[in-house]
Amino acid sequence: MTQKPSLIIKLAVLAIAAALLFWPFLFQDVRSIQVAARICVFIVLVASYDLLIGYTGIVSFAHVMFFGFGSYGSAIALDQMGPGWLPVGLGALAGVALSLVIAVAIGLLSLRVKAIFFAMITLATASVALVLASQLSGLTGGEDGITYKAPDLFKPATKLWLNAEGKVAQLWGVRLNGKLAAYYFVFLSSLMLFVVMLRLVGSPIGTVLKAIRENEARAEAIGYRVVAYRTFVFCIAAVVASLAGSVYAVWLKYTGPETALSFDIMIDILLMVVIGGMGTMWGAVIGATLLVLAQYYLRDLMGAAAEALSGLPLLPEILSPDRWLLWLGIVFILLVYFFPKGIVGTLSAKGAR
Amino acid sequence: MSLLSLKNMKTSIGQYHVLHDISIEVPEGGVFVLLGRNGAGKSTTLRSIMGLWSPSPGSVTFRSEDLTGLHTAEIAKRGIAFVPEDMGIFGGLTVAENMVLATADGSFDKDRLRWIYDLFPALEKFWDKPAGALSGGQKQMLSVARAIIEPRELILIDEPTKGLAPAIVDNMAEAFRQISDRSTILLVEQNFEFAKSLGRDMAVIEDGRIAHAGTMADFAADQDLQDRLLSLSA
Amino acid sequence: MERLNETIDRLGGVYLLPLAVAVLAFVLIGAPSSWATLTVAGLAMGMMIFLMASGLSLVFGLMDVLNFGHSAFISLGAFISASVLAAMGGWLGAESVLLNAAALLVAFGAAMLFGLVAGWFFETVIIKPVYADHLRQILITMGALIVVEELILAIWGGTPFSVGRPAFLEGAFVIGDITIEIYRAFAFALGLLAYAALYFVLNRTRLGLLIRAGVENREMVEALGFRIDRLFIGVFMVGSALAALGGAMWAGYETLITPHLGADMMIVVFIVVIIGGLGSVQGTLLGAILVGLMSNYVGFLAPKLSLASNMLLMMAILLWRPNGLKPAVK
Repeated sequence: MTQKPSLIIKLAVLAIAAALLFWPFLFQDVRSIQVAARICVFIVLVASYDLLIGYTGIVSFAHVMFFGFGSYGSAIALDQMGPGWLPVGLGALAGVALSLVIAVAIGLLSLRVKAIFFAMITLATASVALVLASQLSGLTGGEDGITYKAPDLFKPATKLWLNAEGKVAQLWGVRLNGKLAAYYFVFLSSLMLFVVMLRLVGSPIGTVLKAIRENEARAEAIGYRVVAYRTFVFCIAAVVASLAGSVYAVWLKYTGPETALSFDIMIDILLMVVIGGMGTMWGAVIGATLLVLAQYYLRDLMGAAAEALSGLPLLPEILSPDRWLLWLGIVFILLVYFFPKGIVGTLSAKGAR
Repeated sequence: MSLLSLKNMKTSIGQYHVLHDISIEVPEGGVFVLLGRNGAGKSTTLRSIMGLWSPSPGSVTFRSEDLTGLHTAEIAKRGIAFVPEDMGIFGGLTVAENMVLATADGSFDKDRLRWIYDLFPALEKFWDKPAGALSGGQKQMLSVARAIIEPRELILIDEPTKGLAPAIVDNMAEAFRQISDRSTILLVEQNFEFAKSLGRDMAVIEDGRIAHAGTMADFAADQDLQDRLLSLSA
Repeated sequence: MERLNETIDRLGGVYLLPLAVAVLAFVLIGAPSSWATLTVAGLAMGMMIFLMASGLSLVFGLMDVLNFGHSAFISLGAFISASVLAAMGGWLGAESVLLNAAALLVAFGAAMLFGLVAGWFFETVIIKPVYADHLRQILITMGALIVVEELILAIWGGTPFSVGRPAFLEGAFVIGDITIEIYRAFAFALGLLAYAALYFVLNRTRLGLLIRAGVENREMVEALGFRIDRLFIGVFMVGSALAALGGAMWAGYETLITPHLGADMMIVVFIVVIIGGLGSVQGTLLGAILVGLMSNYVGFLAPKLSLASNMLLMMAILLWRPNGLKPAVK
């Protein structure tokens, strides 16, 4: 699991980074820029989850909860205080603080015991958070969620650059307006968070984490305090997920259980990390990109297929876009059986031979 | 023709090679003692014979049948019993239930049970008590008793005297003497005095290899060899 | 203090917890008739949850395998039983109690049979290749759960499915001013019966001895000449069938079921096995009764806190006993 990424992987990651950087200039419809922003945020979210599952071997089902804390933090602040940078910052901070408290509590309570216990406890905690979010409707908007305004800079009407006539300037045919600023806010924040994680993994801490993953008893014997390290990583991952949530909340201008807390997101994260490859930050980039693209474009394809097969029994039901998780689930199981190292791990292993 | 023979046995646990090359011939009858320092690979040898680790390559032959690769349960059914280092007592079950599980069909042979009661009177006394409540020595007795409740040809015993009071060690020694009249014992032992009093043949394992093999009488007479192979300072 | 502890231990130790909860609730609720109704509901719910959870706990204890897809059996049991009941509407609505009961028996039987088959499939196809690899085990069983839930959605649709009940289980007994729904009493009795059967097998038969011994120390049982892996398939299948039975009973209790049922119950089941201690049937029963009572009392006193209360209960118990109330001896 510790091979260097192969050339193909490096090129692919580079290509994805370049595509995301120039995306608004390459594809100009509203939907595709949504896709790009979602890819950015999910790369961070998945990479932070990979810190946990790939670098320490612990399975948490509460990752989406931390994402939700960040989302709801910013969303509630923007909703209550009106648009502006202060509420974004305060909300993000509140989300991070809550995430930290809960992460420390869960970590100290259950990271000493078996991995399996931890998975169960995080699952239980996350579902309680989901139920609470829909019950505290005064604050969270319940099932409907909250719609709010982003800071003024990100309004589509905001003019970033004026041309000679006093209208919004265009660059390669793209209007330099607030929407563009919002996208680059998402892109740069994500890039920054990703680079921070990359640095963490490359630091001595990353080496210790790998040692713990390879052989826990041995790492303990050498003198590493395994529980402390795990709790630390769990907290870092929670904080990053929370910040990613805040960024996404600012971008979407809507936060609800579906976008920020639902278990479907957790499943997406799991799929992305397994498809991309555990234990490699690069896997997160590839997994998140592939799956988000599939979510948006493959579903259309399934819809077409279901329509073509209408009239037949059960087949259209199974091929309907609503059932796309069924197919992902099957792909997921096959991947875990046959390619547990994911795309990056499998390709790197081949390259090394 | 020996009862049990190990040939070039190598065992890896995870990425660590614990046994490099173990070949021994255990003749039928009496007590065969495996000596060696902590971590030399004695317990791993017993566990490999029992199929709890799988040795590869190399072979385990018992009564001219190849046991290599067989499931632990199948190996047990061939007539080999195991008394592990941690005694393997089922603490939530009573002493009686522990013993019942060790019988072939759930019923006791009265004479054998009488013999066991005589060897270890404590077991009769605590027969219906939970095994988890027994003292360390009594648990060891139960573990040994489980191994002999059915006639077995070979009994593997891993460090039975560890942490036991001297009186109980004497009790164990007497029990092993009687048991070895009926079955062969392959004994892993750190307590050299105990081993010396029982063993007929012996071997020393060092770093996963056989460093010496011979009779106990010869080995007990050779102080230099003992110092070289067993002393802690070397 | 020490004497108090001893006294409590002699009286039943942690088994007194449900009693303590019930007494506390009696004081808080104030109205004996409501309290009695809630207690019966809590006990009934507890027994159903026990059925759902016992297999999970045993399977974990025996092979260190935690099946995150366990709730698939609960859902399948509920939907299959509901479908069978719907198909047998004629018998269900008939005058004869005998026909009513037969319909119920067939429905529960179908659910359990399916549980056995699905359990066998899960164990041999899904889980066997990933024994001893917890990470992949969690991921794969989770993946299997997703697939099953999606299949249920594809087959039964997403709209709530109404569940028929035989006429003789409708209605309620009235004793003084206490009302007890018949179905609840029935669920409690059936659950108790299942527990008694399980208890008998585990404590009075050689097979049960083997299972209990295997939970404690698998290697030693193998060294005594038994194939734990073969035993394990059996336990897995029976555990799945019990979960399916629990789901089928739950469907009748709720009378309206959605495909979310499995996922919702999963959380409760996890909380129960964590509270009770993995691997022990008594612990699971204790945890299930506690959770059942808590849910009903809190649901009455402070409805919004219902699920959170179970979570808090779990946290408190873990702080007190990190391995649960009655973990299997390891």
